[in-house]
Amino acid sequence: MMKQVFFEIIENSPLRADVMRLRLRGDCSAIERAGQFVNIKVEGQFLRRPLSVCDVDVDVLTVCYQIKGHGTEKLAAMQSGTLDLLTGLGNGFDKSLAGDRPLLIGGGMGFTPMYILAKELISMGKKPTVILGFNTKSEVIYEHEFKALGADVTVCTADGSYGEKGFVTDVMEGLDYSHFYTCGPEAMFKAICDLSKTSGQCSFEARMGCGFGACMGCSCETLYGTKRICKDGPVLMKEEIIWPT
Amino acid sequence: MADMKVNLCGIELDNPVIPSSGTFGYGYEFAELYDINMLGTFSFKGTTRDPRFGNPTPRIAECTSGLINAVGLQNPGVDAVISDELPKLEKVFHKPVIANVSGFSVDDYVYSCEKLDKCPQVGWLEVNVSCPNVHGGGMSFGTMPESAAEVTRAVKAVTTKPVFIKLTPNVTDIVSIAKACEEAGADGISLINTMLGMRIDLKTRKPVVANTMGGFSGPAVFPVAVRMVYQVSNAVKIPVMGIGGVSSAENVIEMMLAGATAVQVGAANLVNPYVCRDIVNDLPKVMEKYNIASLKDIIGGLR
Repeated sequence: MMKQVFFEIIENSPLRADVMRLRLRGDCSAIERAGQFVNIKVEGQFLRRPLSVCDVDVDVLTVCYQIKGHGTEKLAAMQSGTLDLLTGLGNGFDKSLAGDRPLLIGGGMGFTPMYILAKELISMGKKPTVILGFNTKSEVIYEHEFKALGADVTVCTADGSYGEKGFVTDVMEGLDYSHFYTCGPEAMFKAICDLSKTSGQCSFEARMGCGFGACMGCSCETLYGTKRICKDGPVLMKEEIIWPT
Repeated sequence: MADMKVNLCGIELDNPVIPSSGTFGYGYEFAELYDINMLGTFSFKGTTRDPRFGNPTPRIAECTSGLINAVGLQNPGVDAVISDELPKLEKVFHKPVIANVSGFSVDDYVYSCEKLDKCPQVGWLEVNVSCPNVHGGGMSFGTMPESAAEVTRAVKAVTTKPVFIKLTPNVTDIVSIAKACEEAGADGISLINTMLGMRIDLKTRKPVVANTMGGFSGPAVFPVAVRMVYQVSNAVKIPVMGIGGVSSAENVIEMMLAGATAVQVGAANLVNPYVCRDIVNDLPKVMEKYNIASLKDIIGGLR
């Protein structure tokens, strides 16, 4: 259940030129599942910024974010102080469907929730295979963090400048897996869902108003009815997604 | 002891703080966060005759001190509201609620209001006349005194509960529209609805919201709302609910001095889900600071 918490900034440093890792100390008790997100109040911005949870370690919360606009620019400039967060937002991934050999696919910034998911699945005794896809070598991040968890990690780049050459689906094609989890661009979700032989879950991004289900700003239609990405999502099952035509 | 009670068309409110329609769902989501019975009441999500998905996304754009929304009245329709939403609300909210109704024809308003009027949980009807009139060339009912009055008369003819007409600020003369509603039998006026706004993404050179334009709300519109509440409350004898950019106990008092009997809080709920609880808790000490013993004594108390 949602909880408002004031966190202390302990680290806000670049992972690459346009991506930051923010580590915060505070009460993480409302964050119950991988795939949930937090909504951060940034001074001078009216709406909060929804960011996916990358890791929780007791009272330390990690989020990774790309600097894309005014809000994330201002957030990136904060080196210390307190941040007002709404925590424990969204449904998160359903780990009960993982099976023994889950496949985790992160496209670009979509690696973020895959990290905490991989960690939780490994602690459950699962053997996750992780595919991280990027456009080019200079974008590749978090490979070593995933490997340090003990996951089987394959990195691919579209231009072949690092790791396997091609898209995540090219890597996925030859694999056996029990269920898939993914986060990244929607076009990638479509390609993964079309190719996949199992059920799976996709974590969506949306332009949100409140982030907790009150404003109906991020609604989408699914085969299981109208859903709010922030409250009923951000994770949707492959079987319920209605693809844009 | 600070007296926060106000009387809204014969129903006493413990305090004048009311979350406004579209920012509080059907209430029960917020009831998980705090006891919403501490509120004066709240106005539930705009309800239409038929279920509506609303507009395409993105529906939200950030602005300086506010936001634009183009949700487009997403709601499950009046029948589902009565059969599903109100029973859920009944478990967590034990006060009369404001039923907010939208329509695209006079018949739509009549249909929904007649049904909601019969629900014991409903204390007041709040009729949003900002929607386009599909039989009147798409102009909003609330932009002309005649069409606003027509909706008012039609709704009053089929209801027994107090009817507030919620007015759009996107008009030349708000006073003439408010007076037309009063003459047509309205029991109160709610204002302001959102202001028509637009944002453009510089990278894509496209509007930020898929609907191109949307309703602008938030602290930035507060001075406009205070002005319109002042103008309307001086021109009509029926009570006014002040809405627009309210986000603090001080704002509530300012709105009441301008002439509001009760005050709605909208956009602020979306950023701080506890804001209405905080305003109710803050009111006594802010009243003390400004030597206010009873809130009902300051309504329209501008010197």
